[in-house]
Amino acid sequence: MGTIWIVGEPGPDGGLARISAEVATLARELGERSGRPVEGIVVAADPTLAATELARYVPLVRTITDPAAADHAWSAVAARRLAGRVVSTGSDSPDLVLTGSGADGRDLAGALSALTGLGVLVNATDVAWADDGPVVTMSVFGGKLITRSGFTGGRGIITVRPNVVTAAVAAGAGRVEGLPDGPAAGDGVALPAVRVIDRVEEAGAAAPIEEARIIVSGGRGVGGRDGFGLVRDLAASLGGAVGATRAAVDSGWIPYSQQIGQTGKIVKPELYLALGISGAIQHKVGMQTAGAIVAVNRDPDSPIADFADLLVVGDLFEVGTALLDLLRTRSG
Amino acid sequence: MRIVVLVKPVPDPASAGERLGPDGRLERAAVPAVVNGNDEYVLEAALKLIEAMDGEVTILSMAPASAPETMRKALAMGATRGIHVTDPVLAGSCAVSTARVLAEALRGLEFDLCLAGVDASDGIGGIVPAAIAAHLGLPYLSSAARIEPDEAAGVVRVRRISATGYDLLEAPMPVVISGTQALGEPRYPSLKGIMAARSKEIATRSLADLAIDPATVGGAVASTRVIDWEAPPARGVTEVIRGAPSDGAARIVEFLEARRII
Repeated sequence: MGTIWIVGEPGPDGGLARISAEVATLARELGERSGRPVEGIVVAADPTLAATELARYVPLVRTITDPAAADHAWSAVAARRLAGRVVSTGSDSPDLVLTGSGADGRDLAGALSALTGLGVLVNATDVAWADDGPVVTMSVFGGKLITRSGFTGGRGIITVRPNVVTAAVAAGAGRVEGLPDGPAAGDGVALPAVRVIDRVEEAGAAAPIEEARIIVSGGRGVGGRDGFGLVRDLAASLGGAVGATRAAVDSGWIPYSQQIGQTGKIVKPELYLALGISGAIQHKVGMQTAGAIVAVNRDPDSPIADFADLLVVGDLFEVGTALLDLLRTRSG
Repeated sequence: MRIVVLVKPVPDPASAGERLGPDGRLERAAVPAVVNGNDEYVLEAALKLIEAMDGEVTILSMAPASAPETMRKALAMGATRGIHVTDPVLAGSCAVSTARVLAEALRGLEFDLCLAGVDASDGIGGIVPAAIAAHLGLPYLSSAARIEPDEAAGVVRVRRISATGYDLLEAPMPVVISGTQALGEPRYPSLKGIMAARSKEIATRSLADLAIDPATVGGAVASTRVIDWEAPPARGVTEVIRGAPSDGAARIVEFLEARRII
């Protein structure tokens, strides 16, 4: 019976991406439900740290040391080292490969799919197990439909959205084993690695909003760059991240990295606090599955009135400032 | 500079009519099609590049027979010509088939850059461009916020959005790139552009033209299948608070405490 792989994605400072801890937790649960073995896989120039972190979640982590990963985009390096092991019919070849749905996970899933012919189910919000394999719940057409899908050939790749599983460590730490450095049979694919000539940190880069538990978000109603000061203060006070609509990003008030919606990020925080956001469909598709949606808006007839849990009708600066005072008093 | 832009006609995200037929496939007649939003950003980037350094932009779509109507919108923005890959066998294709067919179509073209939107608004998968690059054995540079080709050196540099800023990637052309909204606002087609698009060439390619065995692609051999589907659960009734700002703020705090968010 085939193995379930969770491929650990690179995180800050040689560690593991946060999404990989969530996906590993899901993989372990699927292993328990299906009776299949679960393996973590790490491909890195120095896999030690990421593998140790991943082993907190799964019983076995296998590492591939590839110096190219140090100064090349990760996905092509990982895909060409894993493709041969995926297509091999050996007892440890996986039936199921799990990654996150962020840029690295997608890039790996796409390349691996082309190299192995395996199908991909994307942006899973839940994975169940039926007799003939995984059943993957996905949100499509901007959340207007929920689908459940499977693989026709029994094997495949699944990318998993952030915040659909809460990362939980296993009872005991798993073991870490190095795989041979040499290429596996079938690995000799001519997939070129892409050189990273610089990694640039931009001033004011915030925590990734896809992973935030609380998001305070501003729209056109915030009125300008200065108005985002209140949004930031509220986010800081709640321990959350700052989000924005496309209108606010297009106006140059806040960077694109914080944009939520159709051509920005899709998020699923526990709380989404929307300030001066009308709730147009392009924004709604990025945040409608949030645990709780609280909106402050002058217009009681704006679209967000149809899907917020709580709508406070009023001026966002007046309500927001009063809220900030209450939160500060409360924590003080 | 020869640029191919992959353009996906998608159901208009602003419509509300998307539904699946009994076969689990989109009922396309129910919803108007538009050019995928992220594809417009990469098309805009492509048009700016050929304005600055001369060249041509070819748009490539794998889509049903009705697609040229949508492709004309991309041509009206300024693309040079279109190629429409279409075949009844391709209905219901999974991402594996789609990537393979588009890769075969690209094999027949000479290009320096192949650009695609980072994902499409219907499925939001974002895996096809990476798969195409792997089929062709080309470098893949994803999540681009800026694209800077250097024709003399034969390389392209891309700013790939990262969690803390960006990674600067460099690869020899030809390459496949996926791009984001950070590339910049797409232009509206001018009246002149719309008129000119009417007479631009959209060449049709069938599976036979691409020498692909129809038994190996399309809905009949899809790697994934939809088992069932439903409308998302409706959110509860919205509680509306009016009155003094302090009352609204107090109610928010109560709400957050009741849900143990704070």
